[in-house]
Amino acid sequence: MARPINEINAGSMADIAFLLLIFFLVTTTMDIDTGITRKLPPPPPEEMPDIKVKERNIFKVLVNSRDRLMVEGKGGHISLLKEQAKAFLSNPNLLDSNSPEDMPEKRQVDIPLFGGDVWVTKGIISLKNDRGTSYDMYIQVQNELAAAVSELRDELSMNKFGMKFSKLSDDEKIKAIQKAIPMAISEAEPEDIGGH
Amino acid sequence: MAKFRKKGGKKTPGISTASLPDIIFMLLFFFMVTTTMREATVLVRISAPEATQVQKLEKKSLVSFIYIGPPLNTKLGTDSRIQLNDMFADVKDIREFVQLERESKDEADRPFLTTSLKVDKETRMGIVTDVKQELRQVGAFKINYSTKKKAIIQK
Repeated sequence: MARPINEINAGSMADIAFLLLIFFLVTTTMDIDTGITRKLPPPPPEEMPDIKVKERNIFKVLVNSRDRLMVEGKGGHISLLKEQAKAFLSNPNLLDSNSPEDMPEKRQVDIPLFGGDVWVTKGIISLKNDRGTSYDMYIQVQNELAAAVSELRDELSMNKFGMKFSKLSDDEKIKAIQKAIPMAISEAEPEDIGGH
Repeated sequence: MAKFRKKGGKKTPGISTASLPDIIFMLLFFFMVTTTMREATVLVRISAPEATQVQKLEKKSLVSFIYIGPPLNTKLGTDSRIQLNDMFADVKDIREFVQLERESKDEADRPFLTTSLKVDKETRMGIVTDVKQELRQVGAFKINYSTKKKAIIQK
């Protein structure tokens, strides 16, 4: 009494798949997380060695609790910050060890791709904010400073390799550019700078 | 020409639906692969600030999130609060949170752990600075300020 084997009805397969599909459609979130990546410095040692940095090597940016900017001791505006930072960090001649009086000093760095020793700016951007500064303003300032560095890198990369920094794929070239134009943004230890 | 005409009217053949499940499965797999389940219910309101210099956050599994913003439940006030996992927390709790996150990850991956700060743009920097100081103490140095990408307006 051999029963004929029935075929499994696959007609409802589509329905099952639809059900799953709708479930994933609903639960899915397509947003890709983006943001500004930064590296925090390690906590300061107990006895802080007093590192003296010359005045001309620092580009001071202060943000007070009313989101007002103070750039190099003068009132500033967010729309001008990028150009000011660029002017401060710019290094038109990598092979020249001297820099004008009003520009930061340079130090020697060995970058084989650029033909050995080149002179890189010692400039540091120092960012200080008040506890009352709004996060939005803080991010805007970080963004402008990052934009200044990335534009300078783009320019140098265009000059040396003929393409933008972000388009470079060779690890060595990326390293060379990063060495020639360091991302020197330092954040001061938090303190109240007033302006309540 | 009438010679070749078939008897009876021509019937339009029905569209075969046999490949429908395959198509649906294809879509299904696409969504299964791209989907990321939200791990925590967000208890604070976060509208991220906009920036142009953004980078994509790689390796989602190695990222732990800290949310800071005003509570959604307005009974809890309008001051920004810190949220870790599913609960409101204090600055002091960050140490434990980071250590737990670190232990749950593979040893080889630990140096690449990133902390993503999802902060509302109205928040004052005081609380953010406290969180950053605490992260420095614990040794979670890689951080990411979560921002939306702003379209660059060409002049």
